[in-house]
Amino acid sequence: MAIGIRAEDLRKTYTSPPPTAAAGRGFGVRLGARRGPKQKFEVKALDGLSLEVSPGEIFGLLGPNGAGKSTTVGVLTTRIRPTGGRAWIGPHDVWQESVAVKRLIGVVPQRPNLDFALTAREVLTFHGAYFGVPAPERARRAQDLLERFQLSDRADQLLLGFSGGMLQRLSIARALMHQPQVLFLDEPSAGLDPQTRLLLWELIRRDNERGTTILLTTHNMEEADALCSRVAIVDHGRLIALGTPQELKSSIPGGYLVRLQLAAAPAELVAVFQKLPGVTEVRTAGNGALDLYADRGGALVPEIARLSDEAGVEIRDVRISEPSLENLFLHHTGRSLRD
Amino acid sequence: MNPKTFFAMLHRDAHVARRNFVPLLLQTLFQPMLLVFVFGRVMTSSGLIRPEYKSMLLPGIIALAMLLSGVWSVAMPLVSEFQFTKEIEDRLLAPMEIEWVAIEKVVSGMLQAIAAGAVVIPTAWLVMGKGVDLSFGTPLQFLLLTILVACLAASVGLVLGTSVGQTQIGLMFSLVIAPMIFFGCAYYPWSSLATFPILQKVVLVNPIVYASEGFRSTLVPRFPHLPKEWIFLALVVFDVLFLSFGLRQFRRKAVL
Repeated sequence: MAIGIRAEDLRKTYTSPPPTAAAGRGFGVRLGARRGPKQKFEVKALDGLSLEVSPGEIFGLLGPNGAGKSTTVGVLTTRIRPTGGRAWIGPHDVWQESVAVKRLIGVVPQRPNLDFALTAREVLTFHGAYFGVPAPERARRAQDLLERFQLSDRADQLLLGFSGGMLQRLSIARALMHQPQVLFLDEPSAGLDPQTRLLLWELIRRDNERGTTILLTTHNMEEADALCSRVAIVDHGRLIALGTPQELKSSIPGGYLVRLQLAAAPAELVAVFQKLPGVTEVRTAGNGALDLYADRGGALVPEIARLSDEAGVEIRDVRISEPSLENLFLHHTGRSLRD
Repeated sequence: MNPKTFFAMLHRDAHVARRNFVPLLLQTLFQPMLLVFVFGRVMTSSGLIRPEYKSMLLPGIIALAMLLSGVWSVAMPLVSEFQFTKEIEDRLLAPMEIEWVAIEKVVSGMLQAIAAGAVVIPTAWLVMGKGVDLSFGTPLQFLLLTILVACLAASVGLVLGTSVGQTQIGLMFSLVIAPMIFFGCAYYPWSSLATFPILQKVVLVNPIVYASEGFRSTLVPRFPHLPKEWIFLALVVFDVLFLSFGLRQFRRKAVL
């Protein structure tokens, strides 16, 4: 029986640096280095986020760096204490019944946190042991996972010489060792080559077919589109949009996005563009950059070129993108996912 | 508490310790053995130090070896596992309360401290040669003392490992641990500080004093030592203090 995830009004304010990818670097001795008047550190990572993931679904959390995705995963996996709000994995309250929750979940962190004192096989078998999997069963599962994740030829080596992709695959294999009912993947394909990424997607789908509920975070549109049955777009710790990738894409006005870079964007020209047939919205992004939302793409370009020419404005760049979650994100937040 | 998880983690630590057995052994025993050789063999044979000093020195060396190996075996892995690589997460996500992960670390450190003590006694005895005279007349007291000292070592390791960063740990050892060793009455009995009355009072805040004096009180009771009641009371107090502070620090570091 698959189980779901529920979060209600989650809030988290960090008073010390949050566990982003950047944290942990550049530590140094601070002996005697007075930092002047004490600076108050405060970062609002989650600002009333609620969501519900149905049993057996692949749910995507999509957002740029610092949107609160990792914090959401941290709260749902018992690792971060929320400042406010509640969350449940199946029937269990994440904070009150953390041991029961930990038994049900598997977590693949953003950066592999594997036990470097062990070999690949031992990473899996000891993880199984922590979850009370009997010894013969552990050995069998470990062998099976090592083969499925194409790690069997390095199975009995220490992790020191492993490549990033191998470590990432081993992290996922480890999360599957105790056959969790809910699997959390925090940016699972970051830093993977395209081939490994496809293998990973295949593995995620196969695991989902066995009834595992999957929550993954990504800032890769393609990934969300390819894997997720529903996607939540988050930014600044808030939910911005929620729906199937199709629903979300069709909610963008016009669907197509024509991004123009002009030498200048005089107001008259913007007004003219606005009146073009099929154009639903024109936004100025400063410095002569214009975003046109329209129901057609390439067909608009000749008219745009003619109008610009008439206005005496030089076109420096034209980009047309088809309906995508990326455009949706841009539409809702005014900034691109990669910013 | 989940016994299966707890013992699986102990098994993991034992497995890693076994893999690093030789370097671990050298790291904790090499320095004390050099000391034993110079003070217990060279200086006593040349007549610069009286031969009875051998029996006086050995209990102190046991205390030091246990403390160093216990502190190291808990603090060093914790510092690196909490840093950057976050290796500890693996165990924090295991189905067991977080405090028990810390307690497992302490138990594993205690076992390593006891192992170090068990290796140090015969080795030091061999290095010093003839003239070492220990009495094992109070085995229960010796056992209790061993456990208390091992717990002290591992708890101090827990506190250091959760409070000190990777770059500061070396500094910590030379600025805090080294003076504690030299003023820990390991190389001389506490009573010999009588000529420095202020120092003699000050060193009483140093837990190593009670470990060395404790082993002296059971292994060579004929030499002067602190009263046994004081020793046991002080060790229990230090154990509780360091362990509870260490657990608190661990929780603060583990849950963000």
